[in-house]
This record gives sequence, C-alpha cells and structure tokens, in this order.
Amino acid sequence: MRQLSVKKIEAAISNLIEESAYKLPADYLEAMRAAEEREASKTGRIMLTTLLDNASYAESEQIPTCQDTGMAIVMLEIGQDVHLIDGNLTDAIHAGVRAGYADLRKSVVSDPLERQNTADNSPAIIHTEIVPGDKVTITLAMKGFGAELMSRMQMFPANAGVERVKEFVIETIELAGPNACPPVIVGVGLGSSFDGVGLLAKKALMRPLGQPSPKPHLAQLEQELLNAINDLGIGPQGFGGTVTALAVHIESYATHIAALPVAVNLNCSAPRRAKIEL
Amino acid sequence: MTKTIQLPLTAESVKQLQAGDVVLLTGRLLTARDAAHKRLISELEAGLQLPIDLKDETIFYVGPAPAKAGRPIGPAGPTTSGRMDPFTLPLLKLGVRGLIGKGYRSDRVKLALIEHQAVYFGAVGGAAALLARQITSAEVVAYADLGTEAIRRLEVEDFPVLVVNDCHGGDAYSAGREEFQKDS
Repeated sequence: MRQLSVKKIEAAISNLIEESAYKLPADYLEAMRAAEEREASKTGRIMLTTLLDNASYAESEQIPTCQDTGMAIVMLEIGQDVHLIDGNLTDAIHAGVRAGYADLRKSVVSDPLERQNTADNSPAIIHTEIVPGDKVTITLAMKGFGAELMSRMQMFPANAGVERVKEFVIETIELAGPNACPPVIVGVGLGSSFDGVGLLAKKALMRPLGQPSPKPHLAQLEQELLNAINDLGIGPQGFGGTVTALAVHIESYATHIAALPVAVNLNCSAPRRAKIEL
Repeated sequence: MTKTIQLPLTAESVKQLQAGDVVLLTGRLLTARDAAHKRLISELEAGLQLPIDLKDETIFYVGPAPAKAGRPIGPAGPTTSGRMDPFTLPLLKLGVRGLIGKGYRSDRVKLALIEHQAVYFGAVGGAAALLARQITSAEVVAYADLGTEAIRRLEVEDFPVLVVNDCHGGDAYSAGREEFQKDS
C-alpha cells in the first residue's frame, strides 16, 4: 500500500493558498477577456477592464486580488490504496490553512453567534471522498463570502419541473444583483438530499470555465440559464450590461421520488480555486 | 465625465453628484464594516460618547488585507453594503455624508440619503489591489481589537468610485439595468 505523509498534504494546501491568493485561474481570465469584448455597456466594459487590470497588478506585485481571501474549502479525493502517515489528516489540513493564510486577511470566526475571530483563518471546511486508486487529489477554494451570502437552496417537490428550477436560479441572480460582484459564476446543484445538494453546487463552481456538463440535457439547461441570466441586464458590478454571468455549471445526482432539491452557489469576480494530485 | 471631489464632503459637493457619475475622491475617510457598525450602534444606544466624530465623514465598508512591507495598507475593496443598512440611519443623523461599498441599499437608506444630503458610492468589488494603490495612509483609530474590522482613518488620492445613490433619488443600479434588460 502506498504511504503518503500528511505533512505533504499540509505543505500542498499552504502552497495552493499562497499561489491562489495572488493569481486567478487562467480559464477565468480568458472568459473575462472574452466578456470584455462582447459587453455592450461602456460602464460594464470599464468594470471588466478594471477587474482584469487588478488581476495583472495583483499577480505582478504578489498581493491578493481581493481583500476577502475567503474561507478555505478543501475537498479531498483519497484513493483507497493510500495509507496516510505522520499524523492526523484533519490537523494537517488546518495547519496548512494557517500557514497559507499567514499574510492574508483573517476572515473566520469560531462561532456563528459569538463571532470571535480565530485570528489564523482556520478551520477549513473539509469534504472527503474515498475513491479508487492510490492518489490523493486536493481541490481548494478560497471562497469569498459576498457571493456565498447570496447563494440559496430550496427543496422543491418531485413534479416541480425544470421551469421551477429555472425560475429559482434566475431569481437568485436577481436578488444577488451587484452584491455578488458580477459577472458571477453560477454553480447549480440538482438532486441528492438536503445536505448533498449544496455540495453539488459547490463542486459545480470548481469546474473550469468552458467545460459544459457531459450530460446533454444539463449542458442545454446550462446554456439556457446563462442566456436568461444575461438577459436580466444586471451587468458587470450591477451597473447594467449584457454580461451578468460568465458561466452556469450544473452538477446532478440521484434523488428521492418525492423531491427535486436545488442549490445555487455563486462565485464572484475573484474565483480562487486550485487543484493538485499527490 | 469624471468628477474630482475632495473629502470631507459638504452638502454642496454632495448636491453636485448624480447617480452614474464616475468620481475620483481625494482626502480622508473612515473604514467600518459589520463588527464596527454593531459596536458603534451599541455604544450610541447606551448613551456613550463615540470614539470618532462622524460629522461630514465618509465611511468605506472594508476589511483590508494585511499590508505588505513598505505599503500603508493591503488590498482594500468594498464589502456588501446591505449588511450595514440596519445601522446606517443613526450614522447619517450624526452627520455622515458619504458611504462607499458595493451592492443594493434598502429603501429606508435611500430615502435617508435624500433627507440628510448624503451619497452612496460604489467601488469596484474584487478590484482591491488596484484600489489600495490609491490609499496613501492608514491608521487604526478605534476598536483595534477587531483586527481587520477595526475603524481606520485612510487618506486617499484619486480613489475611483461611481455614484450609486445620489441625494436626489437617483439610482445607478436600477437605471443601468433598465437600459440593458431584455424581455423574455
């Protein structure tokens, strides 16, 4: 059985955080440049240019693109033929987060009601999945909460149908408006259970831009939703325009005969994500 | 057209501003976000003297990132303003003239801007690295224990914002959207 030190996982998480804080994903920047070309509003184009300039400046100066470097969401796919050694995996993940955020903003409170800042941006939100093989894949999101706060979920009944799903997604974007720092990326979870549908939506946000769903009916729904969202006219930063969202990604799973769970998770103009296989 | 405006704002300078104007701000402002607002209002309600004078001040809703060596402040972009709505009316009554953030305001706040001749500016959310470049100094002036949420005095030079809600009832978000919304 392959052995893997949790110290390697700790170091990898710390490195991914530092790099992602300063550098936005290439596929996102490409989508933004394309959006800058097609945006019909002059103010909207200025907003997109400003965000692209900000990304270049942050990268060249090695400073965060956004002051909200988010809360760390760590998704691990752990091969069932890997034996993790040198300590506790959860502790290692939190240690990696503390190290990675050393020079970044501390945006985490220990209790949602008492609201004491933990002062080191730990803990992370951790999702693990056991998969075949002997590798460990780490997917990291440094999730800004302006867009997280505008995300929504709803447990619809079985026969609600695709039209209710569409209405709910579009209504979510309307309610979010400028608050979520558009152009947004829209992650939609469909199916599963109450706990599962939110994670599906989060996973949808981790898919690189420019990759439609492999399921044809979902790929079509992604396109229809994207068109409808961009017809809303909210535009870059909400000042009006034709680019309100860069992409809609849908992830689905089986569900119960009674239900049609829907979750809509939004990502902002600083969609920091990264992935590494160990 | 870009307007250049000095801070602190005055009733006169606020009146000139129209929703949709691009404005470069130069002068001093204060930062405050969720935790600082909550504490300011609790102190007001308790009848205590506030640690800062708010007359004619502009409040920027921001929790900056830590400063890199040699810089006055780290990246500093706007946070969502709506969370401050429940705390904003008492601050406007104390003389606050300008607000900087991003996102929708409540109808009550928009009406209060008209009543108190104040203005709400939007800064570009997500452009924190560029915005910090226009901040020339930063100093914590109250609630240091709140870390990034402490109240800071900032000096800014040509700090770019857009007028979202002016003191005449104009709203750049609704006007912008009306222009580009397609019927479906």
